Amino acid sequence: MKKQNMFFRMITASLLRRRSRMLVALLAIMVGATILSGLVTIYYDVPRQMGEQFRNYGANMIFLPAGDNDGISSSDSDRALADIDKNNIVGVAPYRYETVLINERPVIAAATDFSGAKATSPYWYVTGAWPSESGQVLVGEDIAELYGVAQGDEMTVSFVPANTSEVSAEKNADENTKENEKSMKFTVTGILDTGGSDENYIFISLQDMQALTGESAAYDMVELSISATQDKLESYADKIGKDVSAVSPRLVKRVTQSETTVLSKLQSLVLIVTVVVLLLTMICVATTMTAVVTERRKEIGLRKALGASNKSITGEFMGEGMMLGGIGGILGSVLGYFFAELVSMNVFNSSITFQPLLIPVTLVVSVAVTAAACLLPVRSATDVDPALVLKGE
Amino acid sequence: MSLLELKNVSKIYGNLKALDNVSLNVDTGEWVAIMGPSGSGKSTMMNIIGCMDKSSLGEVLLDDVDISKISSKKLTEIRRDKIGLIFQQFHLVNYLTAVENVMLAQYYHSMPDEKEAMEALERVGLADRAKHLPSQLSGGEQQRVCIARALINHPEIILADEPTGNLDEANENIVIDLFRQLHNEGTTLIVVTHDPEVAEVAQRTIVLDHGKLVKEVINENFNQQNQASEKSAKTVKTDEEKSADKKSESGKKTKKKK
Ligand SMILES: Nc1ncnc2c1ncn2[C@@H]1O[C@H](COP(=O)(O)OP(=O)(O)OP(=O)(O)O)[C@@H](O)[C@H]1O
Ligand SMILES: [Mg+2]
Repeated sequence: MKKQNMFFRMITASLLRRRSRMLVALLAIMVGATILSGLVTIYYDVPRQMGEQFRNYGANMIFLPAGDNDGISSSDSDRALADIDKNNIVGVAPYRYETVLINERPVIAAATDFSGAKATSPYWYVTGAWPSESGQVLVGEDIAELYGVAQGDEMTVSFVPANTSEVSAEKNADENTKENEKSMKFTVTGILDTGGSDENYIFISLQDMQALTGESAAYDMVELSISATQDKLESYADKIGKDVSAVSPRLVKRVTQSETTVLSKLQSLVLIVTVVVLLLTMICVATTMTAVVTERRKEIGLRKALGASNKSITGEFMGEGMMLGGIGGILGSVLGYFFAELVSMNVFNSSITFQPLLIPVTLVVSVAVTAAACLLPVRSATDVDPALVLKGE
Repeated sequence: MSLLELKNVSKIYGNLKALDNVSLNVDTGEWVAIMGPSGSGKSTMMNIIGCMDKSSLGEVLLDDVDISKISSKKLTEIRRDKIGLIFQQFHLVNYLTAVENVMLAQYYHSMPDEKEAMEALERVGLADRAKHLPSQLSGGEQQRVCIARALINHPEIILADEPTGNLDEANENIVIDLFRQLHNEGTTLIVVTHDPEVAEVAQRTIVLDHGKLVKEVINENFNQQNQASEKSAKTVKTDEEKSADKKSESGKKTKKKK
């Protein structure tokens, strides 16, 4: 049998057969490693999570018509979009606003691309369903209250072309309005709750708006959600401003800036907590190890009497400590992942990305922390006098 | 030829002379018993001979090396290479099995060898208890594991401090038989004991009192005793062993019931 085999046989026997004491140390290391790997996972995942989170608060860039233009044509919008890296675009929602009549009362109708709106305004809360086909309408909560409509109801939306209604108003308002008026029936698929002024609008698809008004007008605004740093966003805006004169890109600054400050504060907090927890782990392991060495003085004396050098005594205790650190580290990195996942699900409501590199890192750190914690107690083990084994007790 | 030579050795703790100017020669292969009242310095002397402690004054020559003057690192080496130790309080590592405890001595000495360790256990009649932890062994069995451990590296000297102090008579006899075998193989034995019966079987008995060597008795009948009991030992041993085991086991059981 090789010497190393006996070494491992001894330290595993010691760990397995004298469980109670070592369990405390193992628990400490495991908790430390869990916090370490969990918090580091969160540390690296938070920017991603926060980015997504902040983008939830709306678009971070909008296109407005440049200068005196009334709107943005869809071709101008497409040319502007071509300047942005496709992979970074989370969502694009063009908007066209018209005043329509419902029960003779004016209401603002917003036409948009619903799948784009879903991406740029993820905070929109829809009771019911989003419109998925022609003839369907999403009604703002205030409008729904005003007209007393609910999901599944039908509502008639009328449109009066602006210039004709003005002319006819001079003659015979009632007659002329009726003459030029175009009406369409819509089914309410859902009620929209945004917490903002959009609750006064109704939302229909761009195609339905075109059918209702009989004209394909330009967009009044395009909202974009882009996944990029502040610098990158600025460079996109510059480029579009130069390339497409009809489009005036604006950054929604407030959100992106707060994102960075909150982030750095959160990350330094995570770092401090990690360091404190590792220190506590070290203290706990050192205390346990000191108790273990005291408890095993007789055994140490015996080993010395059998010819163990200080070096091999140190090696054996460090071996036990480091093995404990290794086991604790592995358990901790697994538990840490679940811990991070739990935190992420509760705080950000999304899953964590698994960092494979974190397993070896946690392992190395736990072994190193345990070894450092064992250094002093193990040194005291070498002070044991072998003569004590012959002293009666 | 002298294997061990103590010349005017004293060990002083404060103003207490645990050993007071002791001189002693032990030849290779000799079997010496040390007796004396409690506190007379027997264990102190064993510690010094066993390279676990240094004398305050005088010379201790082991194989012509003065072990009272060398570094503790060197002492560890000599202890590892030349000395086998047996103690009154069995002193086994409690989380290692019997065979692992024997291998521990090999581990520090040279190379652990499970087969050889098993042979040593067989020799002390414990082959079937090899995988037991010390807590699962009787006192007599534990002491025999210690003997297996002491002889595994074929030491020049075996030092035993009260090896039978905690044993009943049957187990005491087993231990004495093992000593006899070791002696016949040429191992030098130094045995501290309170028990005149254990001292009687040695070639020579020295008596300490207050750290001084006060008496020395040569056993004239040693050779006849040795030969006579060697014959009987071989035939009687197994029976003795069985009864010893039964006794200690039944002793355990009654303890548990309480
Ligand atoms: N480390 C020490 N410090 C101070 N005094 C000691 C020390 N070790 C032993 N002594 C003293 O030295 C004397 C001899 O002790 P020793 O252990 O050699 O006795 P012993 O003959 O083995 O006795 P016993 O039969 O009870 O085992 C005792 O008076 C003891 O108190
Ligand atoms: Mg003693």
